[in-house]
Amino acid sequence: MKLLHYWRAMWGIIWRELWRFVTQRERFISALVRPLVWLFVFAAGFRAALGLAITPPYETYILYEVYITPGLIGMIQLFNGMQSSLSMVYDREMGSMRILMVCPLPRWFLLLSKLLAGTGVSVLQVYVFLAIAWFYDIQAPWQGYLWIMPALLLSGLMLGALGLLLSSFIKQLENFAGVMNFVIFPMFFMSTALYPLWKIKESSALLHNLAQYNPFSQAVELIRFALYGQFNSQALIYTLLAFSVFMAAAIIGYNPSKGMMMRKGGA
Amino acid sequence: MNSSIALSVEDLSFSYSGKKALSHVNFKIKPGECTVLLGPNGAGKSTLFSLITRLYDTREGRIELCGFDIKRQTLLALAKLGVVFQQTTLDMDLSVMQNLRYHTSLHGMGCKQAEQRIREELERLNMYDRRFEKVRQLNGGHRRRVEIARALLHKPSVLLLDEPTVGLDVPSRLSIVEYVHRLAAEEHLAVLWASHLIDEIYPDDHLIVLHKGQVKANGTVDDVLKITNTPTVKDAFYTLTQGETA
Repeated sequence: MKLLHYWRAMWGIIWRELWRFVTQRERFISALVRPLVWLFVFAAGFRAALGLAITPPYETYILYEVYITPGLIGMIQLFNGMQSSLSMVYDREMGSMRILMVCPLPRWFLLLSKLLAGTGVSVLQVYVFLAIAWFYDIQAPWQGYLWIMPALLLSGLMLGALGLLLSSFIKQLENFAGVMNFVIFPMFFMSTALYPLWKIKESSALLHNLAQYNPFSQAVELIRFALYGQFNSQALIYTLLAFSVFMAAAIIGYNPSKGMMMRKGGA
Repeated sequence: MNSSIALSVEDLSFSYSGKKALSHVNFKIKPGECTVLLGPNGAGKSTLFSLITRLYDTREGRIELCGFDIKRQTLLALAKLGVVFQQTTLDMDLSVMQNLRYHTSLHGMGCKQAEQRIREELERLNMYDRRFEKVRQLNGGHRRRVEIARALLHKPSVLLLDEPTVGLDVPSRLSIVEYVHRLAAEEHLAVLWASHLIDEIYPDDHLIVLHKGQVKANGTVDDVLKITNTPTVKDAFYTLTQGETA
């Protein structure tokens, strides 16, 4: 009976999030426009400027568009994770978060359900993006489209957990602009999303180290390898570890007796 | 565990970074009782509600809902609680039905039971015909009705309402006040109603006057009038809060 309660609640939270996403057409379109602009404009412009050597998982020379596609998938999930945290701050300010927090289920479970719901939305966005990219001649082996699913789930959970953690620190909606400047942009640009590690190393050893240990890089590599039917164990372990750390910290952040809620004086 | 007490608050204190928001608050509410928590803005009403709903941690004192300690038996205690918050907590882009279904899923209800409970609660408030309308299309009074219906779906024993009539027109306000009083009597529900509007108090109500985080009076309306030696609740309130208007 108890298990059924958990199942129904989780499904209710996921359904609500998916429904909201599908019915908010502007959000759906803008979530797609961002990576598509990068793919059609930025990548096309840089195609000539950036020469890429053959690096795993690629077995031949590739176009720059092909290289950044996994990075843009990561970008979709990064923005979605942050958008989910933005909606948590909004929900907290508007009060609807309270309805979730006063239901008789453990808080960690509610947060995990929220996270799964957000990840579900990002996976949906990624597949639509991949479908458009396929028509643009960026095509991975068909098995890659299946292998990428578990990778997307893990990377989505990791980035969502980071968003959740940030949302437990953010007091007001206005403070969210800081997240853009201090989290999203550094995380995205200091990663392997746009350029491979060896290329970064040529310019700066420090940047190379930062990019290497950036959890977003590892998530992108996990996606990149999965899309070509390959398994990157290092990226998997690193992403899994990052998820565990972010999630544990977020749960503490939302715990009324330990977390940030007490200091903020708001829920 | 005393089952004749629906909500018990014992020696409850709470501070925000050293500033006392509640100080040694004590009161009990029985099933079927409608208790109005009266206090000016900043009296500590919302803090008290945040503690009862476990949004804040209880560090000093104890809160029990139907005998379950909110800190140690959180989930059992929360299952007994229905809440209407001061701000609207409905999702504007979802229909009435979708909002209520979300709530029933959070409380683990199956489809059939959920449908039945939603129908019962909405019919009581004459809102069943509007169940497929988006919340955004409803006026303030109807949104509040939906929130009250939602708070009752899982059949709680204690209903908390945090200034639910703020911003409503007079007819909507009167109908909600009347409905909640009827609920307490007919459903044997313990109601704690935070307000700063004196005309929402019925003569049979219990009254708790909270001022600067302290309980200044606790009893029936008659008791409070006797203690303060005043003819009206308004005067009593004025005396207890030393000139601060409600």
